[in-house]
Amino acid sequence: MATRALIGARSRATFRLPASRFLSIGPISRFASTLVIAEHEGGSIKAPSLSAVEAAKSLDKDNSISMLLAGSGPSLQEAAAYAASCHPSVSKVLVADSDRFMHPLAEPWARLIQLVQQRENFSHIVAASGSFGKNILPRAAALLDVSPVTDVIEISESTKFVRPIYAGNALCTVRYTGAHPCMLTIRSTSFQAQPDSTDSKAHKAPISQVDLSTFEEDTIGKSQYVKLTSQESERPDLGNARIVVTGGRGLKSAENFKMLEKLAEKLGAAVGATRAAVDAGFVPNDLQVGQTGKIVAPELYLAFGVSGAIQHLAGMRDSKVIVAVNKDADAPIFQVADYGLVGDLFEVIPELLEKLPEKN
Amino acid sequence: MKIMVAVKRVVDYAVKIRVKPDKTGVETKNVKMSMNPFCEIALEEALRIRESGLASEVVAVSIGPAQCVDTLRTGLAMGADRGIHVESQDGLNPLSVAKVLRALVEAEKPGLFILGKQAIDDDCNQTGQMLAGLLKWPQGTFASKVTLDKEKQVATVDREVDGGIETVLLDLPAVITTDLRLNQPRYATLPNIMKAKSKVIKKYTPGDLNVEMKSDLEVLQVTEPPKRKAGVIISSVDELIDKLKDEARVI
Repeated sequence: MATRALIGARSRATFRLPASRFLSIGPISRFASTLVIAEHEGGSIKAPSLSAVEAAKSLDKDNSISMLLAGSGPSLQEAAAYAASCHPSVSKVLVADSDRFMHPLAEPWARLIQLVQQRENFSHIVAASGSFGKNILPRAAALLDVSPVTDVIEISESTKFVRPIYAGNALCTVRYTGAHPCMLTIRSTSFQAQPDSTDSKAHKAPISQVDLSTFEEDTIGKSQYVKLTSQESERPDLGNARIVVTGGRGLKSAENFKMLEKLAEKLGAAVGATRAAVDAGFVPNDLQVGQTGKIVAPELYLAFGVSGAIQHLAGMRDSKVIVAVNKDADAPIFQVADYGLVGDLFEVIPELLEKLPEKN
Repeated sequence: MKIMVAVKRVVDYAVKIRVKPDKTGVETKNVKMSMNPFCEIALEEALRIRESGLASEVVAVSIGPAQCVDTLRTGLAMGADRGIHVESQDGLNPLSVAKVLRALVEAEKPGLFILGKQAIDDDCNQTGQMLAGLLKWPQGTFASKVTLDKEKQVATVDREVDGGIETVLLDLPAVITTDLRLNQPRYATLPNIMKAKSKVIKKYTPGDLNVEMKSDLEVLQVTEPPKRKAGVIISSVDELIDKLKDEARVI
C-alpha cells in the first residue's frame, strides 16, 4: 500500500510540475515527513500518542517521523529520553521547553505547531484525537490555512483516509488535496501501538531543542490555566483497557454503581457509563462512552442496564466481544451484542461477582 | 455586549441514517432535520447570559442552503434577537465556515462567540477552534460551565477533558464551544414561535463577505460500517461465564 502511495504521489507530482522538474519537490513531496504531537505525563509518553506514531508509520513506508514534546522542567527531559527510544520509527524528537507549555492550553500550543511547521515543512502532522488533540490541532490548522481530518480510523495512502461520520453509522473515505501539511487526528483504538520490540531498546533518536527565540504569541495572557479536577482511579484507563464494564440508567443510583466497580475490580476492567448515567450524577463525565464521550474498543465490553442508543453505540461498536445484560428484551443493545442476557442486573451482577473465576 | 451563536441544520439525532446506494453520501431527502443538539446548548447558554444582564443581544448565524432559515427561526423562537443566514451550497467544511464566521465577527463585533463542540453529522469538532485561531481569540472548548465577569472582561470556563474537568480563564472576546452538560435547552413556546416570524434574518452570500467556499478534502465514498455478526441470547450467568471463557476466550 505504501508503494501505491508513492506512485500516487509521483503521478501527482508529474501532473503538477513540468517534466524537467520531475524529481524536484512538488506541492506534495514524494516522501512523507511527519510531525507527531505527543502528550507526556510523568516522564513517559501517553499511549494514544504512541498510537499516533503507529498511524504515522502507515502513511508512507519511508516516512521520517519526528515527535514534538512541549512542557517544562525535568519531567519533560525524561519524557524526551523516553520518546527517543519509544518506537523504532521515530527519527527525531523535538523539545519545546518553556513555562508557556506547562499546561495544555490551545493558544501557545497551536502557535508552537505553526512555528515548527514553518521551519521544517512536514508533509503531515498527526495527533491522537483525545481532548488534547481535538482542542489544539484544528486551531493550528486554521493558522496554517489547511483543513484537518478528525478521528481517522484507517490510512490507505498518504492522503487517503477513512473516518466515521454520523456517530459511526457511515464511513467516509476522503482524499486530502490541499497544501502542506496534511493534518490528522487519529482514533487511537484503530492504531494499536505494538509492544516494545527488542531493537527499539537499542534505538535512540536524536533529541533537539526547539529554538523559541522567535516564538511570539499574539494571544499571550489571553488564556490562563486554573486547575484540573480529576478523580483518581486505580483502575485501568478507559481508553486502553482490555475489558470495559459499563452501566446505564438501569443502575438507578450512584450507590449501585459501586457494585459495577466491584465487578470491574474483579475483572481488572475499566468502568464506563452512558450519558444517562452521567447526567443523573451516578459517575463523573470522563467515564462517558459514546459519540461525544470516549471511544473504546476493548476485547470485552459488558453493558449493564444500557439501552443502546445510537450515540452510545458510536463509542463501543468496535469492541471485540460485546455482552449486554438488560431487562428489556427489545433493547437495541441486543442487536450488537454477541452475548445477550435478558434479566435483572441486580441479580446478574452479584451472581457474576460470586461465580467469576479469580483473576490470576 | 453582543453574543454570536453559530447553529447548524443537521439530520435529527434520533434518525437512523441511510447511506445512499451510489456511495456518494447519506440520504438527506425526506429525512427529519433539526438544529444540531450542541448548537441548541450554545444558543441556550447565550440566552441565559443575556437574561442575567451580562449581554444585550444574541445573534444566531447559520451557513448553508435556503432551509437553514428554518433552523434560524427555531433559534429566534427560543429567544435569539435576530438571525444571519449565509446562503451557500458548496464548500461547507469547517475551515470555510470558520472564515465566514470570522468575516461576520469583523462586521458585528461581538464580545463572545459560542458554538457547539461538534456537529453530529460530520462529527468534525473543528469549527470553534478554527474560528478562535483565525481571530486570535482565546478558546474554551467542551465547556460544561461558563461564568462571565463583566468588570474584568473575563470568562471562567470549565472544560470536559479526558482526565476530568479543566478550568481556564479567558480574556474576552473569546470563543466557547459547548459540551452536553452545559445546560438543558428550553423549548420554544407557541407565542414565541409566532413572535419569531417577525424577527429579522439578514442574508449574505460568501461572496458578500469575500470568502471563497472551497474544500481541500475530496469525499471519495461514503459506505456503511461493517455489520456485526448476529449474537446469541443466553439464559444464565453460568452459560455467560462458560461462553466468555471457552468460546470467546476473553476472561
